[in-house]
Amino acid sequence: MIRIINLFFIIFFLLSSKAYSLIEIDITRGNLDPLPIAVSPLFQDDNSKRNSINELKIENVGSEISLVVENNLKISGLFNPLSKDAFLQKPDIAHLKPRFEDWALIKAQALITGKVTIENKKLKVEFRLWDILAGREMMALAFTTVPSNWRRVGHIISDKVYERLTGEKGYFDTRIIYVSEEGPKTARVKKLAIMDQDGFNTKYLTLGNELVLTPRFNPTSQMVTYLSYFKNLPRVYLLDIETGTQEVVGDFPGMTFAPRFSPDGKKIIMSFAKDGNSDIYTMDLENRIVERITNHPSIDTSPSYSPDNRFITFNSDRSGYQQIYVMKSDGSNVKRISFGKGLYGTPVWSPRGDLIAFTKLHKGKFYIGVMRTDGSGERLLTENYYQEAPSWSPNGRVLIFYRETKSNDKGEGFSAKLWSIDLTGYNERQVQTETDASDPSWSSLLSN
Amino acid sequence: MNFSKSFRNTFLVILLSLIVSACATKKTTTKVEGQMQGDVYTGTDTVKYLADGVPDRVFFATNESILTTKSRDTLRKQANWLRENSSINVVVEGHADERGTREYNLALGERRANAAKDYLITYGISADRISVISYGKERPVDSGSNPLSWSKNRRSVTVKAN
Repeated sequence: MIRIINLFFIIFFLLSSKAYSLIEIDITRGNLDPLPIAVSPLFQDDNSKRNSINELKIENVGSEISLVVENNLKISGLFNPLSKDAFLQKPDIAHLKPRFEDWALIKAQALITGKVTIENKKLKVEFRLWDILAGREMMALAFTTVPSNWRRVGHIISDKVYERLTGEKGYFDTRIIYVSEEGPKTARVKKLAIMDQDGFNTKYLTLGNELVLTPRFNPTSQMVTYLSYFKNLPRVYLLDIETGTQEVVGDFPGMTFAPRFSPDGKKIIMSFAKDGNSDIYTMDLENRIVERITNHPSIDTSPSYSPDNRFITFNSDRSGYQQIYVMKSDGSNVKRISFGKGLYGTPVWSPRGDLIAFTKLHKGKFYIGVMRTDGSGERLLTENYYQEAPSWSPNGRVLIFYRETKSNDKGEGFSAKLWSIDLTGYNERQVQTETDASDPSWSSLLSN
Repeated sequence: MNFSKSFRNTFLVILLSLIVSACATKKTTTKVEGQMQGDVYTGTDTVKYLADGVPDRVFFATNESILTTKSRDTLRKQANWLRENSSINVVVEGHADERGTREYNLALGERRANAAKDYLITYGISADRISVISYGKERPVDSGSNPLSWSKNRRSVTVKAN
């Protein structure tokens, strides 16, 4: 009987939310009609403003947080944040009870309001999401953190709003690890760098004394595996981001490269090159046991696990040219999956498990694309002079990659930048970085 | 049949280019052609020397690690010189051009360096005197984005280790 009542409630809830929720966003299609949303500055009283200046050297951290939210929603391509100049209601009053007619007048369909206080070195934030057309509150949340975390607060609010309106997890409270590049093409200085997904809070993790390439996060985003030419020995390394501890992964008598973590974080999968042949190996991080996964005289590299750990995708030139393959994670059942025209490389399994993103080279152009894990349904998202190395946002909706420009005969005009594009092929945009940048890797969602 | 056809086409192209270059004042394009065979670099302007008459590098076709006749000739000279200078060890650096994915190019550079190393071993140089390192596309010698620049970058370079 109780069970039946519970079921009834669940059904009722589903029905009611369907009936009253007027706004929802379909993110599976290219969204050419982003949702108009008003992000009211989070209200902060005078006492709190003084504390804000003392703690953060920012006068109104409430408006700053709302700017973070606004920018996130805008770059997602799914929202159209409205100009604050048109807002008729003051932030504190709107937060208590918005006059829905006023917000409907400026064509807002959703409204975010909120309040921040800084007291005793604590930042308290509450926010609400309102459905303007239905005239009701959709969500209300409050949290407390240290004041220096204020940008993350903006990202967490963005994620909550995104999740409430799209039905899928957001990707804003995340970080990107990448390779920062400076100097001429023939003597490029490369450093590991990490930043928030929106380009803020950049930190450099290496000094640039040795060449570093292809950093990738572990599933908890606390560790990074990458290739370093420390002492001119190209080897796979492991770096703990918090402590800065670095260690070489295994003692291989040759070059190890193209590392990635397994989805359970227990192993590193990588290529090991010796005597002109590259094959794929794994190393268990706990017991340091090394396993050989492929054994073929061709180049086998760029391995990436499926999210359930059961399969591995990689590229190999065993057919004569670089193509994408899938095998079981013990190395059996190797199947070629790319059969289109051109060369295929850098396959990466989507966190949802259904797609593989890749780089394709055809007739002098580079493409970022996706295909199903059996190779069907190939879709090219973007074409350019040079671009490669896609990495998935944790919700599997966005890809980040790097793009290089052509240089002239004197080598001028070269640049390397990070770009992102939606899985739909829309919303392509440059990701801001302090320096030139390449080899991006997207972290998991830091808060959950 | 196809071969003779393409041969005839090539002949026509050469003839045409001769006519064009005769009309216009001499263009650099003919000079560029002269520095590549297929897409393997045959020029000398980035080449350094291990010793008098012993070039330090050999060049490869796109995506290839096969040694050309000229490359084998260069490597025999290196082997002779290494035999005469038995106290010197070398590192063979393998490189790729910028038109490939980074990780594949690291593997390709390693394959090229080993092709050169194996040839040196065939000519009597002990394997423990030769180490290899791949830089993939990370250390181009020519920073242009054109077929000639790329051909100079697809190389293996033998450098003294001590």
